[in-house]
Amino acid sequence: MGYRKVAIVGAGITKFVRRAQETAKELAWQATKMALDSCELTLDDVDCVTLGTAPDAFDGVHMKGEYLADGAGAFRKPYMRHYVGGGTGIFSPIHGWFHVASGMADICLVVTEEKMSSCYPHPQGAFITIFDHTTEQPLKPTLIWIFALEMNRYMSTYGISKRDIALVSVKNKKNALDHPSAQLGGEITVDDVLNSEVLAWPVNRLDVSPASDGAAAIVLASERVARRLTDKPVWIDGVGFSLDTAYWATRDLCYPTYVENAARMAYDMAGITEPHKEIHVAEPYDPFDYKELHHMEGLMLCPKGEAARMTADGVTQRDGNLPTCPSGGALGVGNPIAATGLMKIIEIFLQLRGDAGKRQVPGKPRCGLAQAWGDLMQVGTVVVMRI
Amino acid sequence: MKLEDYELGGTPLRSSDIKKGNVLTTSWEPNLAYAWDDGVAIGRYLAELKNGRIIGRTCYKCNRIMIPPRMFCELCFRPSDEWVYCKDTGIVNTFSICHINWDASRRGPNEPPLIPAVIEIDGASKGMGILHMLSEVDPDDIKVGLKVKAVWKNPGERTGSITDILYFKPLRAPTKRAKATKKRAKATRKRK
Repeated sequence: MGYRKVAIVGAGITKFVRRAQETAKELAWQATKMALDSCELTLDDVDCVTLGTAPDAFDGVHMKGEYLADGAGAFRKPYMRHYVGGGTGIFSPIHGWFHVASGMADICLVVTEEKMSSCYPHPQGAFITIFDHTTEQPLKPTLIWIFALEMNRYMSTYGISKRDIALVSVKNKKNALDHPSAQLGGEITVDDVLNSEVLAWPVNRLDVSPASDGAAAIVLASERVARRLTDKPVWIDGVGFSLDTAYWATRDLCYPTYVENAARMAYDMAGITEPHKEIHVAEPYDPFDYKELHHMEGLMLCPKGEAARMTADGVTQRDGNLPTCPSGGALGVGNPIAATGLMKIIEIFLQLRGDAGKRQVPGKPRCGLAQAWGDLMQVGTVVVMRI
Repeated sequence: MKLEDYELGGTPLRSSDIKKGNVLTTSWEPNLAYAWDDGVAIGRYLAELKNGRIIGRTCYKCNRIMIPPRMFCELCFRPSDEWVYCKDTGIVNTFSICHINWDASRRGPNEPPLIPAVIEIDGASKGMGILHMLSEVDPDDIKVGLKVKAVWKNPGERTGSITDILYFKPLRAPTKRAKATKKRAKATRKRK
């Protein structure tokens, strides 16, 4: 097709913390500056900037894109903000990809930031407005409900136990011990998860990722520029995104068809026909532990209903056949909504370059995937990367 | 590049830092009020809820009976066709037993858990569900596939809102056999 090759050439990230002293702008600046430094560029080299950040309600700041513009290095440059809920962080590189692939820009800065702690004492209250204001909001829903409802449907359909699912949380929190940004790395057991506070059965506290503050940024470059900047560019070979209906209660809750649609779009573009063999390392979105399993199935990395068994068999461990969330994921590193997806992109970028340090998966992976999910359980965003 | 080689930004604070005044904060409680118009399709839906009935809308092209009703079919992208009354019974598609409120505050020790559920409404197309609550049921008796019936507010108290249905309850009381099975299961759990 008529688009140019696009590479990731640099990356920056802050620590993910429950409450950061830095303002949203300051966090964005820290990640953006680190990304530029990592590939020895200055702001003058940047042709355009895209920014991903989730609901304005978290910050209590309207027009958050404009508010964050100076931290993102966007003044006097072509600048666009995008937002698809939890799927934002993987949509961000896709949005940047359009600018470079189309020939509009040679270097595009992609910045994501989230400061959830401003909504006090807990950002959970800001989520009520995502539900339909007339037919659902009067029932006083919390966001946890849709996860609990989906998780129960998933467990009931395939006969999966909470014990099977808790293994994901154990794995990811352990992996996060090796991530310098991590908020909630730790050695926990399946029983710790099962004995933690029940929020909304079947969801316990340790099944859930935390609320976080943090920022992440990457630099995208066209092929000609990328090869000048680094000897290890990581190519974005496939992008996909898909949205399902907002009538979420009328949808099949045990299988994320929209993730499959997004994955098929990305796989077609990258020429991938057997994803479970061709993808060497994966970072599916894991805001809740069952979501990692749900998404592995939607990404066609395993047959429907089989992800829990694969996890129990150790296939998704760092030294397994298909290392999954080697970073520690949202469960371990933290979940500053929009920045989480880009953290996953950065992890695949480092894994493919062999730069992941203690988190490095063995076997020199050459093809990786990152995915996020969000809105009202309805959006899937997927990026396939190769070195 | 390796993350380990960088001094990463992001300075963690604790709640106590704010309470003790170690950092300065400015706070604001927004007082925003909204009145959402009911619209054509949902307006009729609410009016019928006030009458104690659940109404859906058909699309002749894809042959769906849609709940909640809509004036256009989002799949066929054409106007929907006719109003149809559905039953006020349905099947539990999935459910949760919830111990927190909408703002993440914990429910008190004497407050029963909330039981939100997706209920597939009888008379609508298969899989067409709505979000509502279950009550008058022991959480242990709820299963995916349970048949339930709406419990309505008294006609004089209805306002034309989704809350005119108080909640859904099991269509039938648990059978003697089911009760015995449950008792046995409980006893086994205790022994373990």
